[in-house]
Amino acid sequence: MTNFKVVDRQQLGKQYFTLTLEHPSKMEKIEAGQFVEVEVAGAKDVFLRRPISIHDVEDNRIKLLVQVVGKGTRKLAELKTGNTVNVIYPLGHGFSITGQRPLLVGGGAGIAPLLHLAKSYNAKGVRPTILLGGRTAELIAVKEEFREYGELLFATEDGSLGEKGLVTQHSRFAGDYDHICCCGPTPMMKAVARYAREKGTSCEVSLENMMACGVGACLCCVCDTDEGHKCVCKEGPVFDIRKMTKWMKN
Amino acid sequence: MLEVKLDKLTLKNPVMTASGTFGYGEEFADFFDVSRLGGIVVKGTTGERRQGNAYPRMAETPSGMLNAVGLQNVGVETFCKEVYPRIKEIDTNIIVNVSGSSIEEYCKVAEMVNELERIPAIELNISCPNVKKGGMGFGTDPNMAAQVVEAVRKVYDKTMIVKLTPNVTSVVEIAKSVEGAGADSVSLINTMLGMAVDVEKQKPYLSTITGGLSGPCVKPVAVRMVWQVAHAVKIPVVGLGGIASAADALEFLMVGARAVEVGTANFIDPTVTVKIVEGLQDYCERHGIKDINDIIGII
Repeated sequence: MTNFKVVDRQQLGKQYFTLTLEHPSKMEKIEAGQFVEVEVAGAKDVFLRRPISIHDVEDNRIKLLVQVVGKGTRKLAELKTGNTVNVIYPLGHGFSITGQRPLLVGGGAGIAPLLHLAKSYNAKGVRPTILLGGRTAELIAVKEEFREYGELLFATEDGSLGEKGLVTQHSRFAGDYDHICCCGPTPMMKAVARYAREKGTSCEVSLENMMACGVGACLCCVCDTDEGHKCVCKEGPVFDIRKMTKWMKN
Repeated sequence: MLEVKLDKLTLKNPVMTASGTFGYGEEFADFFDVSRLGGIVVKGTTGERRQGNAYPRMAETPSGMLNAVGLQNVGVETFCKEVYPRIKEIDTNIIVNVSGSSIEEYCKVAEMVNELERIPAIELNISCPNVKKGGMGFGTDPNMAAQVVEAVRKVYDKTMIVKLTPNVTSVVEIAKSVEGAGADSVSLINTMLGMAVDVEKQKPYLSTITGGLSGPCVKPVAVRMVWQVAHAVKIPVVGLGGIASAADALEFLMVGARAVEVGTANFIDPTVTVKIVEGLQDYCERHGIKDINDIIGII
């Protein structure tokens, strides 16, 4: 548990904002795909912390990309530069950073962990293909920041950016990749996972469920894996699809 | 200064964790030295492995939350073989919460846990609201409660704490009944049966429709029930329900709880229990109290 200082806040369209938080000293190492539990102070009807995925890491700073979806994130959106925010970090286990020709697929708020992920691949000398999707261009909250770290492609349902259609319909989706990492809406992740399974490509998905503790104690955020209920917070949020046959089908 | 006794157990301080909110203790070892606590009540353990209820199992509510986990756990055999060796060196009282759907199941778990040298006590859970069979069914009927306690008493010879449900007309009646049946202590309250509806989706938030309410919202009810029970039974009472600070813990101690358990607050602040220990120490110093037992049951 650490009190971080808000050093930057950017509004990205109507629904999204980023918070850059500074650790008072040296931060623990953060894997791409890990998340934080942020305390929501001063909101009388918000009781629990909110799990937020880590978008970017630099020295002693983390950047969170947040979508306003309810009363908790609405309150977090009020944070300003200079405010202090209590954070439990880093939580869960992240992506394995395997493969030489990886495809990173993100949709909606699910693009958040992909920036740190792309950078983590770069650190291993690998330049990933990054495919970001959304209903409209505006709903892909972060775009150009990715360009430096891989080949950047877009798919939008209204055709306002990149190819028109879903990420799975993109002409480059069915390429020669040796690993796929995916984070986004559940139907999108299931479609990507089913494709990877059929093609025999290894694939990891990053799930999101409502959480309480964030450390695997309360057993509230479970998902259905082939090995039974697993905590998204602790055994995930990143899961290898080899263990997710049941989840994929439902 | 903070040492208390619970039957044969000596607790270095009155602060324990509530079952189902602290895993097996290991989950919190990254945050602080868990041996500083008076006790750790580990996850509810049943005769066989249980998958628990379907997601969603949790809903946030004003000053609290509803859960419907449904006793997901590895089962007593795996607990004894795999979990116990990992946690037995933790230098505090490790207490196993014993759950089941039948008297036989409660007895099976209690009997196996009785063999574990470093487990000095069990908390018999006759109050889980989230399982279809057994659970709270045993805790809402004084005769059923006595029957399960008597049966477990025959196979378990260490300290038996019986965890009571608030979802009854008279908690005192149940407490007296389990005292008569051989319980060494009672802990209360388990969660209160509740429900919440997502009006946008026009359906309940929980897959099970109803679930157990916990958190600060239940505290006044818990304090009242602990006060009633502490004045009605001779065995020591463990108080829980919405404790999130030393002041909250003190309320329970003053109305008669010998020790307390901290539950849902662990989810907000994983170090809250040790802060409560420090807060009790500080309170005693500020008020010139040499022995915490001096304030237990003053109301």
